[in-house]
Amino acid sequence: MDSISTRNKVNKIITYLVLIIFSIIMLVPFVWMILTALKTNQEAISVDPFFIFPHNGWHFENFATVWKSYNFVTLYKNTILFIIFRVICACLTATMAGYAFGRLEFPGKKLMFSLVLIQMMIPAQIFVIPQYLMVSKLHLLNTTAGLVFPGLVTAFGTYLLKTGYQSLPKDLEEAAAIDGCNIGQTFLFIMLPLTRSSMVSLGIFTALFAFKDLMWPMIVCTNASTTTLSAGLAKMQGQYGSDYPAMMASAVLAIVPMIVIYIIFQKQFVEGIATSGGKL
Amino acid sequence: MAKIKMTPSQKRQAIWGWAFILPTMLGLIVLNYYPAINTVYQSLCKTGDFGKGNIFVGLNNYKAVLGSGEMWQSLWNTVKYAIIEVPLGIVIALVLAVLLQNKLAGKTIFRTLFFLPMVCAPAAVAMVWKWLYNQQFGLLNNIFHTNVAWISDPRIAWISVGIIGVWSIIGYNMVLFIGGLQEIPKDYYEAAQIDGASGIRQFFSITVPLLSPTTFFIVQTRIIGALTVFDLMFMVMDKTNLALNKTQSIVYLFYTYAFTNGNRGYGAAIVMVLVVFIMIVTFFLQKLEKKIVFYN
Repeated sequence: MDSISTRNKVNKIITYLVLIIFSIIMLVPFVWMILTALKTNQEAISVDPFFIFPHNGWHFENFATVWKSYNFVTLYKNTILFIIFRVICACLTATMAGYAFGRLEFPGKKLMFSLVLIQMMIPAQIFVIPQYLMVSKLHLLNTTAGLVFPGLVTAFGTYLLKTGYQSLPKDLEEAAAIDGCNIGQTFLFIMLPLTRSSMVSLGIFTALFAFKDLMWPMIVCTNASTTTLSAGLAKMQGQYGSDYPAMMASAVLAIVPMIVIYIIFQKQFVEGIATSGGKL
Repeated sequence: MAKIKMTPSQKRQAIWGWAFILPTMLGLIVLNYYPAINTVYQSLCKTGDFGKGNIFVGLNNYKAVLGSGEMWQSLWNTVKYAIIEVPLGIVIALVLAVLLQNKLAGKTIFRTLFFLPMVCAPAAVAMVWKWLYNQQFGLLNNIFHTNVAWISDPRIAWISVGIIGVWSIIGYNMVLFIGGLQEIPKDYYEAAQIDGASGIRQFFSITVPLLSPTTFFIVQTRIIGALTVFDLMFMVMDKTNLALNKTQSIVYLFYTYAFTNGNRGYGAAIVMVLVVFIMIVTFFLQKLEKKIVFYN
């Protein structure tokens, strides 16, 4: 008995040790980013390994400086609009199509659904050049509409919502039909509210994807005043790459909002990603 | 076409069904299927001056792309990135997921932490790592008293970029593994414990085979994800970096030609090479799936 409990103790210690080591590895870049953001450039490039914390006061004004000089208000606004419209479009079109594919019978359904599945297997890079040319022809370069454009519909979301609708009990429609609902009413008032968790998954997935996207915003929004946080960072790095505290302060400002949202809605984030299993 | 007799109820379903899928199907055709075909067409064209007008040039772009050492080097760089990111990202994530199955204090905190990079913009992540890797002033060289050119030495830059990829993806893989682990019935482990199987033995005899569908799913999505990597290379490697051509990914090369240089025909041909390459990889993965994945 005694040897088993010692073994368990040793196991537990090793488990904690591994988890703590990895936690440190995960944390160091974040900590270093924040610490650098609070230093002067002179301090940031001092080559002393024990120079971890800023010596001459914490330079919170670095944040205010980059906030103004890189126009973060505009970047936030552009990013938020981009995310909101992407999420609305994805949820709206995918829930309708998902319901039809999951619960209704109609001619051509199999063929249409295979188009949805095939889209998910094609690497998205093949769409980019023509999508860009379309946005350019529609005079939507440097607009929110142009940013949202490729995400008006979503094959992945359709698939996700279809699975959600399929998992609902069979007799729901019958009960609704007895109560005199037509198909539209059944969908809107009975089925739709029951797939809330799939919708939340899709919403989180879409929002994260949009937030993290770099190439598309760089292509369609070349103006600093119309671009998103991600693409804005790329621009800043190109222009002011050697002002390290400014760069790190910008990076902090770019990621903090999403981190706060994530910490508040942690459960939904983790479950959303685990159940959707989408490729980010 | 012969007329199919439908009952009123079937007719109603058909009308509603099509009405509901119409936006999505139209969107997929306009935004995805037409562009896919258009890219194939563009790959056969030369982009006219000032990006205007396409001149059909047949397979010229392909000849140029396939004969370009730069393209093959980029493809090889991409594969090398995948060789680092996919296995390391998966093995570490699996270990962490299994460890987090135990009764532990602060379980949620660990999980939250490991997942954190997933909610950060890769552009920001890459900027921070670039700073950590900085040869003169970076934290890594400072701590270890080294003078390694992490991202400008062509021999190691690809590894440095791969490490950022691993760091970024661990949490995502881990969350998927935790989901998969929860689906394994607990009684298997109880039975094994009664038979006196050690923890390691249980891991290899129960966890690994029963988790194989999840593992395979992650392997597949990560391989394709790694083969289309762009953000990390773009943000970490400056255009003047000497190691750029030994690290840039194929999607980076595509971006450079199609959008920085405005040579869309050539860019389209690069994408086609990538698509064919991914299709070949997917084909072999499917074959592999039948052999090694254990479906209950």
